[in-house]
Amino acid sequence: MTEFVHPTILFFVGALVIPFLNGTVRKFWQLLIPALAIGVVAIAQPGSYGTVWFLGQELLIARVDKLSLVFASVFTIMSLIGMVYALHLKRPGQHVAAFLYVGSALGVVFAGDYLTLFVFWEGMAFASAYLIFAAGDERAVQAGFRYLMVHLTGGIALLGGVILHGAATGSVMFGPIEGPLGAAAYLILIGFTLNAAVPPLNAWLTDAYPEATVTGAVFLSAFTTKTAVYVLARGFPGAELLVWFGTAMAIYGVIYAVMENDCRRLLAYHIVSQVGYMVAGIGIGTEMALNGATSHAFAHILYKALLFMGAGAVIYVTGRRKLTELGGLYRTMPLTVTLYMIGAFAISAFPFFSGFVTKSMVVSAAGYDHRAVVMLLLTLASSGTFLHTGLKLPYYMFFGKDSGLRPPEPPRNMLVAMSIAAALCIGIGVYPAPLYALLPYEVDYHPYTWPHVTESMGILMFTALGFVLFLKALDPEDTISIDTDWFYRKGARAFMRFAEKPFARYEQAVSAVSEKSLLPFMHRSAQAGLRADLGGIDAIVNGVARKVLRGGEKLRRVQTGIVTHYAVGMIAGVIAAIAIFAVVWL
Amino acid sequence: MIARIVSFFGDSKYANLRLRLFYLVLALIVVADFLVPREHVEYLWERLPGWSAVYGFASCVAIIFVSKFLGHQGGLMRPEDYYD
Repeated sequence: MTEFVHPTILFFVGALVIPFLNGTVRKFWQLLIPALAIGVVAIAQPGSYGTVWFLGQELLIARVDKLSLVFASVFTIMSLIGMVYALHLKRPGQHVAAFLYVGSALGVVFAGDYLTLFVFWEGMAFASAYLIFAAGDERAVQAGFRYLMVHLTGGIALLGGVILHGAATGSVMFGPIEGPLGAAAYLILIGFTLNAAVPPLNAWLTDAYPEATVTGAVFLSAFTTKTAVYVLARGFPGAELLVWFGTAMAIYGVIYAVMENDCRRLLAYHIVSQVGYMVAGIGIGTEMALNGATSHAFAHILYKALLFMGAGAVIYVTGRRKLTELGGLYRTMPLTVTLYMIGAFAISAFPFFSGFVTKSMVVSAAGYDHRAVVMLLLTLASSGTFLHTGLKLPYYMFFGKDSGLRPPEPPRNMLVAMSIAAALCIGIGVYPAPLYALLPYEVDYHPYTWPHVTESMGILMFTALGFVLFLKALDPEDTISIDTDWFYRKGARAFMRFAEKPFARYEQAVSAVSEKSLLPFMHRSAQAGLRADLGGIDAIVNGVARKVLRGGEKLRRVQTGIVTHYAVGMIAGVIAAIAIFAVVWL
Repeated sequence: MIARIVSFFGDSKYANLRLRLFYLVLALIVVADFLVPREHVEYLWERLPGWSAVYGFASCVAIIFVSKFLGHQGGLMRPEDYYD
């Protein structure tokens, strides 16, 4: 088989069909598409597919090589697990969004040029935002608007960087950025690191993921940050800056996790922390470090999804999400506890679990590269990882004081999805050879040496000792933590109070113009499409502004039409991008 | 079987046994760390048996108290209606 079937096509076609199917047929379809995608990626041959000329630029829709294939493999496996977990949902909306989201993520992973990458990059932002909006409550809608606003801003930075880069080099091919970083490279880097949730651009993640639906958060935890890891590994290997941002990030997430009371927000801070290892690995840039970053991304997707599935299952059966309101669930949910703990052991890098064979590769790579401080700080962060995901969260959620809740185990499909992920977490840990064979460079690393095992156990179990001795200090508190989203949640509000008058006057003027001259013109031309377009864009602009700046009530109404509005907005964005390219190159 | 293992970790009647087993495991880890052969080590601390135990414990304590300090004294932890 020489031809390459792009898995994005499978997911996009799959998404189109879902609304027309029902019952068992739809469930079968939802599992068939990810299964086919896994197969397509497994047999894909490295090469370049789909070269097209567009506005005088050579674009490459799919570049297939070892780096893109390892990410595509885990993305397709994850899509199957996520779909099994969400199988009980009757309404099609979230399934469609999840398919579009996964398809876009795969589009980014295979994109050979920046323009293709950008289009799928924006597609991911919109499709994933639906998984937050779908939760439906006021907080989710507000968090969703903030999420979109931040990602659109990041997208603009990325597009700006791409245009500058293209104008300077004459090519939009996506590859390692050569030489010292210039303005174009920094803009692209901002776009990429925003999606990787590198502080200070991290708050969108911990703000929005815990507000998503139970099943949506599982998808969210897997794709956005890891596509960002992929593009960083492709574009910026060996960028010294990333070593320090990555290390800081690993500790940042751990520090915030101590203060956190919301179970999924605690896990979200650990995404920040774990992605820190990957970013640091990419920054170190040796073959071993890049292998470590890639394999850690692979393992991370599976165990983090497992943890989110476990916490999601608890939210699903109890309706509660705060650690202060949970406790004692082990009596009626032993299977959930066990599966969750497998994920917790994997993220903590216990021997015979997946984190042990991947995270240590990054840490050792730092050691071989004579970066003692990085190595020590990353080890410190691993202690924190076990402290929260392996001890604090399960203790207060499943054990600890009895909340009196006696919920049943979650639906069977959820348990099956968690079991698949758990099996992979153990499988990779016990027998890492197949994963190592997938990595972009040849692996000369042996995780199972006696010193490594005893050292890891020492770090982990004496962390547990600290937990046992200082348990009281760790009691969760009824608080929220201030992160960098403060600037656009509080700061923007202050700015609005200051700027409200001129802003209102400007709006008045604009609407006067549109009523007097624009509307009659539109009626004359009577193009329904155009009307929808303007209405949609207007709604987004107003929606984002008002929700974020004033937090008003009115915009809840927008919720109902949100998918169409954002679809229109997305198309408008793509058209704008093409227009800008046309201006630059023609 | 799974339910029984899980209840061993939850049920308060096993609390003493759990703690004793835990301390036994800690002791075994430190003993093992003294016994393992170390051939090629790069950094000074990797030569010290028991180093990882000390570093793990110190990291854990540091993380707990630094975070809580930042949260309470640094003002990062706020009431839940802070943004409303």
